Amino acid sequence: MTPEPAGIVVVGASLAGLRGAEALRRGGYDGPLTLVGAEPHRPYDRPPLSKHVLAGALEADATRLPELTSLRARWRLGSAAVALDRAARTVRLADGSVLAYDKLLVATGAQARPWPAETGGDLAGIHTLRGRDDARTLRTALVAGPRHVLIVGAGLIGCEAASCLRDLGLPVTLADPHPAPLANSFGTFVGGVIAGCLRDAGAVFRPGTQVKAFEGDAAGRVVRARLADGSALEADLVIAALGAVRATGWLRRADLMADPGGLTCDAACRARAADGTACPDIYAAGDVARWPIPLYEGRLVCVEHWGNAVEQASHAARNMLAGPGDQRPYTHLPAFWSSQFGINIKLVGLTAGADSVAVVQGSRASRRFLAVYGQAGRSIAALSFDQARWLPAYAGAILAGAAFPPILDATDQPRIERADPGFSPSRASASAPRPVEVFHA
Amino acid sequence: MPDEVLPDEALFTAVMNPASRADPYPLYARLRERPVARQHDGSYVVSTHAAIRALLFDPRLSSEDLPPFKRPPTGNPIRDWILNPIRSRIATAHRPLIFRDPPDHDSLRAAVMREFTIPRVQGLRPRIAREVDALLDACRGRGRVCLVEDLSYPLPVSVICELLGVPESDEPRFQSWATQLATALEPDARHDVETRRRTVAAFDAISDYMRGLIREKRRRPVGDMLSGLATLRPNGLKPMSDFDLIATAILLLVAGHETTVNLITNAMLALLRHPKELERLRADPERAPRLIEEVLRYEPPVHFRTRKALGAITLAGETIPKGAPIILLFAAANRDPARFDDPDRFDPDRPDIEHFGFGGGLHYCVGAPLARIEAEIALVALSRRLVAPRLMQDPPPYRPGASLRGPEQLAIGIDGIA
Ligand SMILES: Cc1cc2nc3c(=O)[nH]c(=O)nc-3n(C[C@H](O)[C@H](O)[C@H](O)COP(=O)(O)OP(=O)(O)OC[C@H]3O[C@@H](n4cnc5c(N)ncnc54)[C@H](O)[C@@H]3O)c2cc1C
Ligand code: HEM
Repeated sequence: MTPEPAGIVVVGASLAGLRGAEALRRGGYDGPLTLVGAEPHRPYDRPPLSKHVLAGALEADATRLPELTSLRARWRLGSAAVALDRAARTVRLADGSVLAYDKLLVATGAQARPWPAETGGDLAGIHTLRGRDDARTLRTALVAGPRHVLIVGAGLIGCEAASCLRDLGLPVTLADPHPAPLANSFGTFVGGVIAGCLRDAGAVFRPGTQVKAFEGDAAGRVVRARLADGSALEADLVIAALGAVRATGWLRRADLMADPGGLTCDAACRARAADGTACPDIYAAGDVARWPIPLYEGRLVCVEHWGNAVEQASHAARNMLAGPGDQRPYTHLPAFWSSQFGINIKLVGLTAGADSVAVVQGSRASRRFLAVYGQAGRSIAALSFDQARWLPAYAGAILAGAAFPPILDATDQPRIERADPGFSPSRASASAPRPVEVFHA
Repeated sequence: MPDEVLPDEALFTAVMNPASRADPYPLYARLRERPVARQHDGSYVVSTHAAIRALLFDPRLSSEDLPPFKRPPTGNPIRDWILNPIRSRIATAHRPLIFRDPPDHDSLRAAVMREFTIPRVQGLRPRIAREVDALLDACRGRGRVCLVEDLSYPLPVSVICELLGVPESDEPRFQSWATQLATALEPDARHDVETRRRTVAAFDAISDYMRGLIREKRRRPVGDMLSGLATLRPNGLKPMSDFDLIATAILLLVAGHETTVNLITNAMLALLRHPKELERLRADPERAPRLIEEVLRYEPPVHFRTRKALGAITLAGETIPKGAPIILLFAAANRDPARFDDPDRFDPDRPDIEHFGFGGGLHYCVGAPLARIEAEIALVALSRRLVAPRLMQDPPPYRPGASLRGPEQLAIGIDGIA
């Protein structure tokens, strides 16, 4: 008599978890399927949280992701996985229950990097923005009409939030240690355009600003930020937009290559054990996965983008159902969008390691342009500000390993000048394998 | 079949030959064998769905005859004036947006799109219905309808007059200009000296007329589109100059005229050739939209548009050199078996109907919603009011144009008008 199969367990019931589970069913998997989620919510979409939800155009609860009706899954929501036993093939949940699996998909994503408690992180009025509940709480606080909002971190989420808050007419200061907003994602050459948008929108951007601590009143409410130079900034509401840490804590004792930078996988999305071998029964996808990207010399990256979560989850699911001899490598050209200050921003490729940038269509002055990033004479990424229609052509050029700059003789092409993209030194040298935070707040 | 001995490089010449007008599709099938096919004259015909899709979003494609002047402004206007070849200024400054490239195309188009609102287009329905009924009423007591002159041809012009805000009393003048200008978008018609002279004269006349009308709308703006465009006080949008306004108004007339004529006529032809479909439409007017989409795929009013390669483009194993003319053969892509099942079958119920009937990319037809409404109202009325309609001549005679391809006339025998 064959024992009852344990089936497939998906840990992390958000975008990657849901799309992975759906791909398993679409791929013909008919056995038991369990989705484990730390949050009590059915899978929902995060991108609107820092856009429409903050702006008040969409309720936080209206972000639920559409689900395939024939998923036939057991849902274990509101109960985080706390430990993995690879030898026994079990996952232990916070409520003490133990789930057996034949195959496991790790899709635990990432969490907002919190402000440390020692330097004021526990004060009331300090927010992070990752989940639906964060967005609801923050929205409520915004509606109450704060007098000084301070956003720490001018990454994508920080800038999107600043844009929304200005639309709401709230006074906003955005502080970042870099010389320009979005410096990690795009470099200062392009970040300067967003600095102009912030200025025009009436937000105060404070470059080169290192917040050291937050100070509160007697009631434990934040009242000001203390800066590295000793000066202070008034703030009764703070959004700490400091980027994300991958949710790998529950894998701590599983003897995998996992750390706050991600869970390392092989090219087929299989998790790597600490000794480097690929686990045949554990796969990972989405923000949590750190994987070798073929287009960029197999460098290990964590791609924190919506599109990657969807595609990688489907790919992992496909490989989970395929035999050991039919494990296909995941080849994906990273891409994401952001909307802020009325501009639709889209990036394809990875900017990390770029040594040059050039505007190939439009102009920075008009805030409608296409910029291409180059590394050692090759085109590695293309960024659009309201010019997304051309991106597929540039994506094609990047995939084809085109020289930098690609596609000369385009419409609306200025004289092409190569510029320094203006990345901080640590990002400019992205040759050694290391995690790269792409959707970095 | 003579075209089987045709060399690949001569296929497009054969397409242009009026003898191919009634059924160019076998030539298109041969062209599709090479998605990007060089022709004798150095132009490149692009005919598969995938290749056209790839090119429509290629930034090296230009709709301007001349490449735009590339040198950035020096900040000194006099110096710029000397540096810029004057011909490039004149040639590019006052073209309508269908012949412009970004960024000018985009700002002009944004202005038009702002005015092409859904309520405004939907608001034309009663006028269209009234016009269609009046045109059909005029056919009472006759044993046949000549669809083109009786309905397809006059309808779009009066709709555009209403849209723009041309007084009804001036409509007859507009009809005659429209007839002359209809040739303006037809690439092969421009070479005829006499046609050209008359077209220029019509352009001058309509420009003068529009200039006066614009002045009037600026003084007393009302709810029409021209008032909107003429008084645009946009945030971020440059106000339109008189030149651009005139060019835009004429474009709306020209681009929305023969195209719509062809859509109505081609649709009726297809229905008469597939009487079951005509019957189903009569019984269920809700079928009109899907029927119209299938006509836009199967017998599109616009068969191709031309572009120019600003730089070398490699596609489907062929390199189009810098400066080469490119022909986007939409009608061939619409019958690409790699994209559509059984593409030569007229089937309004096909689930997947992503056609290029309205083009695609940044020049995608701005008038598409209006064209759909006009065709819908006309076809539903025709299906209900023509008693026992039958095709008198199949194939019908075609106008010579290969791009704006459509019947010269479509004689339909009837037992009466209901
Ligand atoms: C505010 C915001 C705006 C964004 N905007 C954009 C955008 O405009 N464009 C774009 O491309 N990307 C955007 N992103 C990124 C995008 O949302 C992510 O890439 C995507 O959500 C990744 O999906 P995921 O399923 O891998 O991870 P997540 O969405 O992080 O989901 C992981 C899930 O796992 C759960 N979990 C964690 N640990 C455990 C555990 N131990 N046990 C059980 N469950 C666990 C978490 O609660 C969570 O529900 C945005 C992200 C945020 C936060
Ligand atoms: C059945 C009817 C119609 C068809 C099949 C049709 C088809 C097309 C096609 C194929 C294009 C693309 C041209 C190119 O790529 O070079 C186009 C553009 C255009 N059409 Fe239409 N059209 C129709 C009706 C209309 C109407 C009714 C109007 C206006 C009242 C209109 C206005 C325009 C304009 C302004 C453009 C240029 C858009 C641009 O360059 O951005 N069209 N049309």
